[in-house]
Amino acid sequence: MNIISQVTDSAPKYIIYDFGILTSRIHEWLSSMMNTTWTSVVEMVLIGVVFLSFYALVGLILVYAERKVCAFIQCRLGPMRVGPWGIFQTIADFIKLLMKELLITRNADKFLFNVAPFIVIIASFLAIGTIPFAKGIQALDFNVGVLYLMSVSSLGVLGILLAGWASNNKYSLIGAMRSGAQIVSYELSVGLALMVVVIFAGSMQFSEIVQSQATGWWIWKGHIPVIIAFVIFMIASTAETNRGPFDLAEAESELTAGFHTEYSGIKFAFFFLAEYMNMFIIASIAATVFFGGWMPLHFGNFAAFNHAMDYIPPFVWFFSKTMFVIFLMMWFKWTFPRLRIDQLLTLEWKYLLPINLVNVVLAAFIVLMGWYLI
Amino acid sequence: MSTEGLIVFFLVAVTLVGFALVFSSFIPPTSKNLFKAETYECGIETTGITWIQFNVGYYLFAILFLIFDVETVFLYPWATVMKELGIVAFVEILIFLIILGLGLLYAWKKQALKWE
Repeated sequence: MNIISQVTDSAPKYIIYDFGILTSRIHEWLSSMMNTTWTSVVEMVLIGVVFLSFYALVGLILVYAERKVCAFIQCRLGPMRVGPWGIFQTIADFIKLLMKELLITRNADKFLFNVAPFIVIIASFLAIGTIPFAKGIQALDFNVGVLYLMSVSSLGVLGILLAGWASNNKYSLIGAMRSGAQIVSYELSVGLALMVVVIFAGSMQFSEIVQSQATGWWIWKGHIPVIIAFVIFMIASTAETNRGPFDLAEAESELTAGFHTEYSGIKFAFFFLAEYMNMFIIASIAATVFFGGWMPLHFGNFAAFNHAMDYIPPFVWFFSKTMFVIFLMMWFKWTFPRLRIDQLLTLEWKYLLPINLVNVVLAAFIVLMGWYLI
Repeated sequence: MSTEGLIVFFLVAVTLVGFALVFSSFIPPTSKNLFKAETYECGIETTGITWIQFNVGYYLFAILFLIFDVETVFLYPWATVMKELGIVAFVEILIFLIILGLGLLYAWKKQALKWE
């Protein structure tokens, strides 16, 4: 009991990095210059610009990071030509993709073919709004945050199915169908794994889930059920983003590029960007839900250590946790061989789903008994 | 703020898409060529139609997904109030999950989870 009370004493110290103060300062400054309507318009534009540039920046960094991680795992150097250590490689690639001609095949369904990449990109953009980057930096704080995230991220599969169908290409159709079966199956596991933490936190709101981890991250506090949930979440979310050992929707050795075989130029870039952004979203959700989001690392009653940790800004905590999870996902991708479709569905329906259902009951039981730290 | 924020986010995303549409209609070069518009099939001419009735296996899994997804959505409100309701909620959800597990077992025994 003594340990717990000491931890709660040291918990509110991260207030020094409250970004809510910054946003309210901006709000006051804007409303001192213009009336309410214009203030909200300017704020909305500001939010839009910030998130859009953030979105593009993260996409570029992740593509570069993936190429470098992949290269080091395969004992290569990766991109080295453009800029020092090739850091401008993805920018060059992006400019190249922008300049490419947009092709539409003669047999394709033109309208659906054009709409599909936009559905995918809009779905992934809507999802980053709910992520709490730091205290006070969260654009959309719904009280049904987890449910909202699940619903928005599952919109992406519509775009993928439409892309495969509208291309009128056999590779695309097979890729899209596989991807559809895979995403809908693994969505169950993602939902049930997140539910375990919802049971512990007693809320679906992301800010409250983060707040409930002020005294310790759920991966420590919730012990066994949360660890099982984290493992399942990592597997299922890797499958959800069509990555890693589960990339049979775009298995290049058999299906060329799967559902985006016929796409070129900026539309291909959108699919590519959406894939990496989905990876970022999944990783940041894992960091938020299991590793305490922007909460610093605290150990029992090591007061000095805890104080030192409080001085590291929350967004540094958030991004380092997210990058850690992203690195795990990249590591998966370049380590394991690709699954077959029957193995994929067996893994979900015969292993992950039953384990997950039992795990939810176990979590509920532990909450009922109060066998976790508060 | 949340609901308006969602609308703002949607508008920003649509702006991004609109920018891409406008940009892609001006900047990239275009040259008409009959063979460019062919369906890509590693250089071989495509035979038959692609829009056929697809393997029924995907459909079965989609139906199973529907059942379990509705159940997941149903479980979320329970998960949020589990702490407050205590033993009653636990027993009730146990019964619910057992019935659901029997359903999964039935599908398993009926070979619905087997990929053909």
